[in-house]
Amino acid sequence: MAISTASTANHRMRRPRGAARTPYLLIAPAVIAMVGFLVYPMASVIYYSLQNYNVTKPWDNGFAGLDNFRRLLFEDPLFWQSLGFSARWVGVEVGLQLVFGLILALIVNETFVGRGLSRALVFSPWAVSGVLTTGIWVLLYNPTTGVSRYLADLGLIEYGAAPLAHPGTVFWAAVLAELWRGVPFFAILLLADLQSIPRELYEAASVDGASRGRRFLHVTLPHLKDAIILSTLLRCVWEFNNVDLLYTLTGGGPAHATTTLPLYVASKAAQSHDFGYGSALTTAAFLILTFFSIAYLRLSKFGAKS
Amino acid sequence: MTVQTAARPRLPGPVTAPGGTKRRERMRVSRWQIWVPLGLYLLFTLVPFYWMLVFAVRPRGSTSLLPWPITFDNFETVWNELGFAVFFRNSLMVGVASLVMTTVIALAGGYALARYDFRGKKAFMLGMLCTQFIPGAMMLIPLFEIFRTLGLVNSLWSLVIAETVFQLPLSLILISGFIRNVPVELEQAAWVDGCGRLRAFFAVVLPLLRPALVAVGSFAFIHSWNNFLFALMFVNEQEKFTVPVGLAYSLGEFSVDFGALAAGGVVAAVPVVLVFAVIQRYLVQGMSAGAVKG
Repeated sequence: MAISTASTANHRMRRPRGAARTPYLLIAPAVIAMVGFLVYPMASVIYYSLQNYNVTKPWDNGFAGLDNFRRLLFEDPLFWQSLGFSARWVGVEVGLQLVFGLILALIVNETFVGRGLSRALVFSPWAVSGVLTTGIWVLLYNPTTGVSRYLADLGLIEYGAAPLAHPGTVFWAAVLAELWRGVPFFAILLLADLQSIPRELYEAASVDGASRGRRFLHVTLPHLKDAIILSTLLRCVWEFNNVDLLYTLTGGGPAHATTTLPLYVASKAAQSHDFGYGSALTTAAFLILTFFSIAYLRLSKFGAKS
Repeated sequence: MTVQTAARPRLPGPVTAPGGTKRRERMRVSRWQIWVPLGLYLLFTLVPFYWMLVFAVRPRGSTSLLPWPITFDNFETVWNELGFAVFFRNSLMVGVASLVMTTVIALAGGYALARYDFRGKKAFMLGMLCTQFIPGAMMLIPLFEIFRTLGLVNSLWSLVIAETVFQLPLSLILISGFIRNVPVELEQAAWVDGCGRLRAFFAVVLPLLRPALVAVGSFAFIHSWNNFLFALMFVNEQEKFTVPVGLAYSLGEFSVDFGALAAGGVVAAVPVVLVFAVIQRYLVQGMSAGAVKG
């Protein structure tokens, strides 16, 4: 999308004489930074994924071919388990964020007294970090400091509810905390797109006697389609890669029940010195993400006119 | 459509088209249809903030849910004893340095992308798009290796570099979009008046880019302020910790002292909340220009 915008920009300037080098000079710092600290590390990850590279076993180091990947596919149940949890986490989180974000965007797009303040307040968790989210929700979930204790004081529920400690509730407890922080992203993005829908479209639809539900289905949704596809994709990638919240809130536990693939990689990176295998995990995750993104854009017919 | 939104960056909110009152009447939603769901959602958003605030300011042993009487003991504990004064300073330095580096590099590159045609431009744009799929968590090992080679482990510069690099693609796209929307005739007029290209840029283009600079700069700052994983991995001396790392440690070590935890949370929240309050007017346009176009 960005590319097409760039090539069709109408304010194209004729290249001034003798200035052929200028654009390269201007863009050099960005290129150097990104090649040095994004492209090169990514390439080295792929290289290491084909190596035995273990700091604690230097005598074994050397070319390993696809050994690391064989180990990952056939001998590491945690890889599959964390991948499965990642899929569940991303699916539930992005789906719910989209639904609530869309509802929220529709509401704050209406005209009403106090709209500016309401927007600022409901968008505010967007700026909060994963660790801070954890800090806040640890307080809220704790049986002695949390909401449950005060509800129990009122006689509404039993004392001692600890959602983070039980395998049955920890998933939804984490989902709720991430939802708190994640919904504003969709609300902000979709609101921006809602504002670009020409009012005349709605007026025309009203004149034709379309109900509000029909206007939403036939005017709003088609207009938002590309924004929804792109924002859900960006968010899937982001939630897949997001480590901060789960790392601090659940630590991937109890018993690996909330370990996503990147969390598994990060813990491998932090604890073990098996760089070769860690790199293979990273490469696998990158490939999965890339294929998923391409498939998603293809299947959703991104950019196609409806 | 997003181009349009970015084209009038100084108009906050939607432009209401003049329409017949009768038709407007039919399109309007009744008050309770707005306020019931909005009120519920506000509750969901604000109760967690309120909870943190109450725990931060209420005296030890109190179980009241009202923030009265107020004490600042918890803040003194985290600021002085737990070292948040140092973490805060570190985070601030990393945040400001990332902000400056991201903005300057993105401004130069964005100008090239917006105003010049050059070989390799498409490849560069495509490359930037691809970087969006590179997971930060997974770059930990190779980045750590690089910083070790450069002798930057345990230096705050490693955080500044990593932050800047991950922030650059989106910032470049955002800024070049904004520059493209500044009419080139304005610049050309300045050249005719005898300005060099550089002077014309500073005199004519830069003042019009204020919303873009605010958006890019504050994204960079907030991102950097919030980053946890890089700071956790690349820095392991306590005098170099940033706020999120300090907060994570106090989550583990001082899990009994909820007052201190809450106060630490407030300290972590204040700068981003202030920045957010300033930029939230620009946020919707900035996001649409940056993320949707990218």
